[in-house]
Amino acid sequence: MTILLTLTVLVLVAISIWQITKIFELSQPKKVNTQVADDDDNRWNGQLMFAFLIFIYGITLFSFWKWGDVILPKASSEHGSEYDSLLWISFAIIFFTQTITQALLHYFAYKYRGEKGKKALFYADNDRLEAIWTIIPVIALAGLILYGLYTWTDIMTVEENEEALVVELYAQQFNWKARYAGDDGVLGDANVRFLQDFDGKNLVGIDATDPNGFDDVVVQELHLPVGREVIFKMRSQDVLHSAYMPHFRAQMNCVPGMITEFAFTPTVTTEEIRQTDEMKAKVKKINKIRRDNSQELIAKGEEPLEPYVFDYLLLCNKICGASHYNMQMKIIVETPQEYEKWMADQQTFAEFIQ
Amino acid sequence: MSTAAAHVEEEDHGHHHKETFITKYVFSQDHKMISKQYLITGLFMGIIGIAMSLLFRLQLAWPEQPMGVMQALLGKWAPDGVMDPNVYLALVTIHGTIMVFFVLTAGLSGTFSNLLIPLQIGARDMASGLLNMISYWLFFLSSVIMVASLFVEAGPAAAGWTIYPPLSALPQAQPGSGLGMTLWLVSMAIFIASSLLGSLNYIVTVLNLRTKGMTMSRLPLTIWAFFVTAIIGVVSFPVLLSAALLLIMDRSFGTSFFLSDIFIQGEVLHYQGGSPVLYEHLFWFLGHPEVYIVLLPALGITSEIIATNSRKPIFGYRAMVASILAIAFLSTIVWGHHMFISGMNPFLGSVFTFTTLLIAIPSAVKAFNYITTLWKGNLQLNPAMLFSIGLVSTFISGGLTGIILGDSTLDINVHDTYFVVAHFHLVMGISALYGLFAGVYHWFPKMFKRMMNKNLGYVHFWVTAICAYGVFFPMHFIGMAGLPRRYYTNTAFPYFDDLANINVVITVFALIAGAAQLVFLYNFVHSIFYGKPAEQNPWRSNTLEWTAPVEHIHGNWEGKIPEVHRWAYDYSKPGQEEDFVPQHIPLKEGEEELQH
Repeated sequence: MTILLTLTVLVLVAISIWQITKIFELSQPKKVNTQVADDDDNRWNGQLMFAFLIFIYGITLFSFWKWGDVILPKASSEHGSEYDSLLWISFAIIFFTQTITQALLHYFAYKYRGEKGKKALFYADNDRLEAIWTIIPVIALAGLILYGLYTWTDIMTVEENEEALVVELYAQQFNWKARYAGDDGVLGDANVRFLQDFDGKNLVGIDATDPNGFDDVVVQELHLPVGREVIFKMRSQDVLHSAYMPHFRAQMNCVPGMITEFAFTPTVTTEEIRQTDEMKAKVKKINKIRRDNSQELIAKGEEPLEPYVFDYLLLCNKICGASHYNMQMKIIVETPQEYEKWMADQQTFAEFIQ
Repeated sequence: MSTAAAHVEEEDHGHHHKETFITKYVFSQDHKMISKQYLITGLFMGIIGIAMSLLFRLQLAWPEQPMGVMQALLGKWAPDGVMDPNVYLALVTIHGTIMVFFVLTAGLSGTFSNLLIPLQIGARDMASGLLNMISYWLFFLSSVIMVASLFVEAGPAAAGWTIYPPLSALPQAQPGSGLGMTLWLVSMAIFIASSLLGSLNYIVTVLNLRTKGMTMSRLPLTIWAFFVTAIIGVVSFPVLLSAALLLIMDRSFGTSFFLSDIFIQGEVLHYQGGSPVLYEHLFWFLGHPEVYIVLLPALGITSEIIATNSRKPIFGYRAMVASILAIAFLSTIVWGHHMFISGMNPFLGSVFTFTTLLIAIPSAVKAFNYITTLWKGNLQLNPAMLFSIGLVSTFISGGLTGIILGDSTLDINVHDTYFVVAHFHLVMGISALYGLFAGVYHWFPKMFKRMMNKNLGYVHFWVTAICAYGVFFPMHFIGMAGLPRRYYTNTAFPYFDDLANINVVITVFALIAGAAQLVFLYNFVHSIFYGKPAEQNPWRSNTLEWTAPVEHIHGNWEGKIPEVHRWAYDYSKPGQEEDFVPQHIPLKEGEEELQH
């Protein structure tokens, strides 16, 4: 009985509170919804701004932790190590600036979120502050520009010399060929007009009237001796292509009607880089992915994927048509002895057109 | 112009000549109507551009897997639900073209220059209403042609948005270089004409039709940005027109401006002596300033919105104007940084590295000034303000990686990789898009007399902001792994197999971001008809457009145009009752105008 009584009282109390609040609400002027931010909006959006700062930091750290290992390994060319140091110095400056400016931006957005009745500080100008944040970037950039230009000149100055190996990279939709100069060390003249000579066996359009061309060697796989400068002469027969060799920090467009140049000295052989811990881990990871994918393929009754072995790559990096995504050539860096041995097995242009 | 000048003198503008439906809504010469036309056309093109990006993101995340959506949208271009590689290239090409030109140039600059230039400088309308109308209709025509090119048998242009010859010049090189490319070129030529007419009108209007008291040093930063943008457009767009015309000549009339020594499809072509590098120079002479044509109006809009909603003067007004001018000047002498490895002389590369990295200085000044404007403010975090703060954030994140790309040495290995895609999407794509959204949220009441729903605006911003970083931050890593852009799939290289899950993450974020834009579209359309009616000055802003009546009238103000007595940024000025003092309020006795 007492329980029933208590419940009735409680219900009545609840109803009266509800009624009182309702009367109170109705007696208040109706809150106008103007769609302008009010204090509540400012508070929760300010807090989200602060949370967003943590999100930016978080996604940065997470990406490095999770995907840091996809970044290209240390450069395998002489100028590449210069490139890498400049890159990481630039990144250091970027991370420093990014961390500080994003913190200020989002923290201020949180800290100074609006409140009714608060008044902002009337602060329109400060020459000294502005001078500071003009001069600091000037100094940082001056350093980067000087360092950059020094390295750039170093990389891009290609001097013909006796020691260097001259190789022509020849691009067409959608494959690469390489031409070596042969015993005389001179590439024969070439032009697309000669491509149809010798029943189409003149793969890169060597000019048969130039005696230097007959000992040239045309191949579909690029072999480079380690430790020797390679001067690349690039040609294209149809549209723009770009010869991109990411592991050597090397890239140059191939332009129809013109010969472009890039030179570098490979420093790590294919065999050596395969043995590094970093590369072993990467290949292991890739092969795990390929095994998983293979199982799916087998379940569907298709051929499984081949296990992966690392090789240096030459990719096309200028949009060139439908199979742009699959225009590639294998690069093999080997000891000079291995290179000579391989070269001795190749057919010269004269032999090929027989 | 003389008639427009006469308008300024007119005291009363009550004599409305009778307007038919056609003259009011279709061939209107009223800048407010034209601005709405630009906005709605721009948003329509934006839907197409973003939808395309989602399609190719699906292909990149799940390469060559049959998907019903491909079959439904692409039909025979996606046999068995797998996108064709040529179609992939067409999609990235048209996505780029539409987003850069049709959405972020015409949709952004066209909308807000038209809306705000007359209203903020105190003019009855643009200097020439007729040219303004022609400008819009040329834009409309070019949009129609661009959209029509999507329905061509062999597909639209597919040579990348930069359409480098010979790929774009030779129909034998790819299916997209046939009729689709012709339509692309025609569409762009008309677009350029539209843009030039618009820009000339903006320049003349700002220089000649400012109301009494509106000196150049009292102009709101929005107007400075639109004005300088128009100048860059007039200087650089004609060069793109000449590139397009020469390319049309090479394609259709057998000239050899850009072509030489070509063998394709078993045939030696007759072209001799031209150079694709020449085309690259001409293209990027516009192409780089174009970045700032897209970005400066967004920065102008942001300056206005950040100052208003911080209830503080914009920090360093003079420095802001100076940095707009410096960026504009430098933008015309940095184009070569797109061509470091094009085969041009390496010495030129050094010069362009120097000028390019200089741009970081005015950009840094702008970023710091925005941040200082927030400091000790009373921030009203409306959706427009959130998008403006978001813009500063992506402008910094994206701009900083420019230090790497602008450096010729470092460019060698990241050129044309996903690193570039991440960089420019953050610094100009997302930033300018945020500028567009901020502008729409802020000036919606001015355009449509109603308010947009703020809560939907918050949802739109927060989801978009997280997804924008979710999409583009991981993309830097794909670039650092050495993966080139514009690859239909990376499965041809086992070396890149470990990028597959990053691609899935990016695509998931992209799909969520796409869905968030539907919230915006719903909010936009719904609010046009059912939004809360707007007050005259909902954000308590200082600029002149808010002194005009909510109801649109031809000539903008009943009676006299207000006179201007102060700059646009007297927010929270000591000694004033309110925390804002509109530009048309005379100085109080003893009050000093800030020496800015």
